[in-house]
Amino acid sequence: MLLNYLFPHFMHEDTGGKWLISLLIAITLLVVMFNFFIPESSALHIPTYMVTLLGKYLCLALLAIALDLVWGYCGILSLGHGAFFALGGYAMGMYLMRQIGDRGVYGNAELPDFMVFLNWHELPWYWQGFEYFSFTALMIILVPGLLAYVFGWMTFRSRVTGVYLSIMTQALTYALLLAFFRNEMGLGGNNGLTDFKDILGFSLQADGTRIILFTLSALALISGYIASRFIVQSKLGKTVVAIRDAELRTRFIGYKVEDYKLWIFVFSAMLAGIAGALYVPQVGIINPGEFSPLNSIELAIWVAIGGRGTLFGAVIGALLVNYAKTYFTGALPEFWLFALGTLFIVSTLYLPQGIVGLFSQFTNKQQKQSAKHGALQEETT
Amino acid sequence: MKSIQKKNILHCYVKNHIRYLMSCLLLFTLMLSHSTYASSISKTNITDNGSKQQVSTKQTQLEKIIPQLRVKNFKKKIASIKQLAEIDDPQTIVILEALLNSKLYYQKSDKKVVIINKKNNQYETFSTLNNNAIAIVQKKTLKKITTNNKLRKTIRALLAKKKILNSNLDVRQNALKEILTANDASLLPVLEQAQRQETDKSQQDLLKLAIALIEVHSNNSETRQSAVKRLGNSLYPVAKGKLTKILETDEHGQYIEQDKAVIALAEKAMQRISSKLSLFGNLETLFFGLSLGSVLLLAAIGLSITFGVMGVINMAHGELIMLGAYTTYLVQQLMPNDIGLSLIVAIPAAFIVSGLFGVAIERGVIRHLYGRPLETLLATFGISLLLQQMVRTLISAQNVPVITPSWLSGSLVLNPAFALTYNRIYIFFFALFVFAMLMLILKKTSLGLQVRAVAQNRGMATAMGIKTQWVDSLTFGLGSGVAGVAGVALSQLTNVGPNLGQAYIIDSFMVVVFGGVENLWGTLVAAMTLGITNKFLEPWAGAVMAKIIVLISLIIFIQKRPNGLFPQKGRASGGH
Amino acid sequence: MSALSQVRYKVRDALRRDRTFNHTIIESDAYLQGTHSVHPNELDVSHGPVLYLEDISVSFDGFQALNNLSLYIDDGELRCIIGPNGAGKTTMMDVITGKTHPDSGQVFFGQTMDLSQMAEHDIATAGIGRKFQKPTIFPEHSVWENLELAMKTDKGVWHSLFTVLSAEQKDRIEEVIEIIGLQALYFSKADLLSHGQKQWLEIGMLLMQDPRVLLVDEPVAGMTHQEMDRTAELLTSLAGKHSVVVVEHDMDFVRSIANQVTVLHEGSVLAEGTMEEVQNNQKVIEVYLGE
Repeated sequence: MLLNYLFPHFMHEDTGGKWLISLLIAITLLVVMFNFFIPESSALHIPTYMVTLLGKYLCLALLAIALDLVWGYCGILSLGHGAFFALGGYAMGMYLMRQIGDRGVYGNAELPDFMVFLNWHELPWYWQGFEYFSFTALMIILVPGLLAYVFGWMTFRSRVTGVYLSIMTQALTYALLLAFFRNEMGLGGNNGLTDFKDILGFSLQADGTRIILFTLSALALISGYIASRFIVQSKLGKTVVAIRDAELRTRFIGYKVEDYKLWIFVFSAMLAGIAGALYVPQVGIINPGEFSPLNSIELAIWVAIGGRGTLFGAVIGALLVNYAKTYFTGALPEFWLFALGTLFIVSTLYLPQGIVGLFSQFTNKQQKQSAKHGALQEETT
Repeated sequence: MKSIQKKNILHCYVKNHIRYLMSCLLLFTLMLSHSTYASSISKTNITDNGSKQQVSTKQTQLEKIIPQLRVKNFKKKIASIKQLAEIDDPQTIVILEALLNSKLYYQKSDKKVVIINKKNNQYETFSTLNNNAIAIVQKKTLKKITTNNKLRKTIRALLAKKKILNSNLDVRQNALKEILTANDASLLPVLEQAQRQETDKSQQDLLKLAIALIEVHSNNSETRQSAVKRLGNSLYPVAKGKLTKILETDEHGQYIEQDKAVIALAEKAMQRISSKLSLFGNLETLFFGLSLGSVLLLAAIGLSITFGVMGVINMAHGELIMLGAYTTYLVQQLMPNDIGLSLIVAIPAAFIVSGLFGVAIERGVIRHLYGRPLETLLATFGISLLLQQMVRTLISAQNVPVITPSWLSGSLVLNPAFALTYNRIYIFFFALFVFAMLMLILKKTSLGLQVRAVAQNRGMATAMGIKTQWVDSLTFGLGSGVAGVAGVALSQLTNVGPNLGQAYIIDSFMVVVFGGVENLWGTLVAAMTLGITNKFLEPWAGAVMAKIIVLISLIIFIQKRPNGLFPQKGRASGGH
Repeated sequence: MSALSQVRYKVRDALRRDRTFNHTIIESDAYLQGTHSVHPNELDVSHGPVLYLEDISVSFDGFQALNNLSLYIDDGELRCIIGPNGAGKTTMMDVITGKTHPDSGQVFFGQTMDLSQMAEHDIATAGIGRKFQKPTIFPEHSVWENLELAMKTDKGVWHSLFTVLSAEQKDRIEEVIEIIGLQALYFSKADLLSHGQKQWLEIGMLLMQDPRVLLVDEPVAGMTHQEMDRTAELLTSLAGKHSVVVVEHDMDFVRSIANQVTVLHEGSVLAEGTMEEVQNNQKVIEVYLGE
């Protein structure tokens, strides 16, 4: 197959992934071209707001991959992944706030508007360094990673699993939600961080910047996908699945289960942080609402509806559900929650393997038959 | 302590019913008199419990004296007023107040003395004998009964005396509160007389305070010192205010007060008040903590059953609580004239509504997901979204008003610094009652036996002929029904809206997990612990921060003891 | 090795109620002189037994699962453990593998490794493999992957991320697949195997670990007679190179493989000896046939 030459060896078996990435590349190129080269008067022109919307979806798809890694592969249903996403977003938001400089309403070169409003006189220590993009980039990965490390280290070591763990993660994001709502937190309180002006010197309102952000989101999604695929194909990935299916057995053949869980959890949190960081400049705001437990649990349904433990299923689910959300909240706002609620129930009751599972059911049947055949042969020998 | 509280509550219950009856009567008189003025004074009208005959003799006395008020001579007028004040009839207060406020007139035509109320340039007249409205008349048909300073002073003194020595407790109390800050030394004899007669405990305290407040200004140093000392016994803010005033310093930090002994005593008294206030402050916090704990208990106890017994995470639990609250609202809509009763009716109604929803959820969704707890979590979350939106669509996206019946409103005032609201007291005991009922069901009924059997060993229970499916449905129904009952209680404390349940779901899970699954006692202890901890943290950390601290501590606690406070020990707990 | 830990080892060894008590004293002297060749974290079976269980007691909520149990397994021995339900067989295995910590008593692997202080994965890495009563394999992985995961190698996270199977490792997996007779099912999902095949796969995973001691809980449950014979053959062939501890209910099976049998009853050892001795033991007859 031609595609095989384009992809690294560990993706040779991953037909879905190869298609997905090819498609993503094609769409990215097309969108950029249709926005750039086709005049606005043409029906084929893709307006910039659409590009930004697509960029948003891609960030959420990356977030879905992050959750699929821990849930689909490791069996940890994190109901707090939105928190890592939001932390990445806040880190980026802080950088963007610092970039505003004296162009804010109060014209204070040092302090963001909300701090001036609250009569603060100096920048809190944790805001230091965010004027540098490189530092911010590091924090986007480190802050969610560190939180995941501390939480995971405590939780996995004491062997909290299953629904307990889910509830704990939910409590975590809930606590953060409450904390970020406080003005004393120094992160904009209720309103969050907004009114961004530019990123690395490029205006966030400019079409060019928006298209680059979209392209970067696509690149991040593709790289995130490939990295995740590499992980799940490695022995580490297999071990993680083994932990999901038979934790005790994995322990008894000599694996330090908590290390594995912690590794994948931290990696996933970092991925979520990157997704959040790319999301914020495109939507132009980050507020505590991103920490709400509802966001995180909704994220789980993207993965569930797409198909757990496949990675590309998570991407498909994220794109589909978010498109549906945009459509419903625009056209029939009061029905969105009905639709989402029904989606939760239907996907768990009737689509345990998600949309992807529907397609692979057929091939599974074949495999089962061949296995039975093999087993029969075994019996007769 | 508990028995005292109970007694008090019983007492208040009875008192409240009397109050209810009284307010009905009040409404009745209001309807008769058609007047705002009359209604403000009609309270005094109905409280006199003398016999009919007495009433009639008083009436004649009144009838005799009232015309004498028209005399021009102020000396004679004062004499008549004093005579009038002698009569033991609440109506005299009305007349005297009217005179004081220049509202006592007589009709030019028949010289009849009336009370008037100005209304759009016209005068509405009322009978001086019974406050009944007589007519609406032109100003020129009336003539005012004049007063002068001396007369007004006399009236004020007479009125104060009359009110302070009134047979009606409410009148006495209000009068005393009015004169508390007046610092009128002339009232001292009356107050002392009142103190000798007074039987009501809180009124006694108030009288002591009033006397002390006056004596603080005495010229006699010893009287002052003793008064300052006594001020230290009172928890009314006025006492503290007065002491603060005595302890005021000038710009050089010197006491303005000259008497060193008074200052020393005032400081001591201040200390006593402060320590008492902080004690009652703590008691109040404890009460709020217990109250929050009882709310958490109500919210979590149903979850404890469904989670503990069936291992099912029901994310729609909060919405079942919300349904209970909405049931209360709907029941009130159905019986708007019996708000007091509606709440009682709402309890079984909410139990049934939420219980049926619970059974439907179990039959329709959860049954198909046994053994897949994470999927159950997601599916029930979907249900919670559906229920929220259902309420929004069918009823309203806004909060709905749930009325608090009169027997639940108001508060039990133990002293000026410590009052407990009735709704919280009731809900506390209600939570304990629900807890006890559930314990009883689980321990003493055959359903409870089967539920426990299924919880401990599902396979074995099936083998012994227990219909586990049936038990599951009933258990879930029971847990959900209890959630509904919790909703009824919550409707009295918070806003009832589609998001009501969301606010409680995480807290409820925390309580269950903290207490240890499958353990109702654990849930009780956990709920109370969390409630009290939260409330004691609030004063110095702020409400939000307190909640965050509690959440984080819980997350850490679960790491240390993954099975909660009271873990279910045994071979099965490790699990394969 | 610090002086303190030397003393600790000396005390521990001196306190051990060991069949080889005299040797231990000499050995601890060797420790003090610093001449002993075995590191505390390496297996030392110089005195015969590879597993020491001494005075182990475990209770759950008042139920005494193990009651002063003492048991010694020799290096290379094949030992069968029988006993009625609730005799404490599975709990004993839990104690050895670190799943349950004893309330009192000592578990030693060789002379030096205190198992009660070690985590499950450390115990497994040290060389104790366990097969569960209910076959526990990785259902979503292929037979090959199941064996690959169990293979004795560095099991750290970062190593796992980048490791690739070497040719020898592949040979080893193929070898084991042949031993357990699943050649035709290399790449089948383990979930799709029959019950007996799953039992073998689990035994295969044990072999991949190359443990010093194999704890095998009811290996023939749900097997046909044919399969049982093959399992018996497999287990006896393993003995010698490995110590094998088999917990089993099926007396025919036990008779066919065991030379040493231990009978557990109410959490402690009731009798020990050859199958014949045990069968004629009056106490055992009472327990099994009732008083």
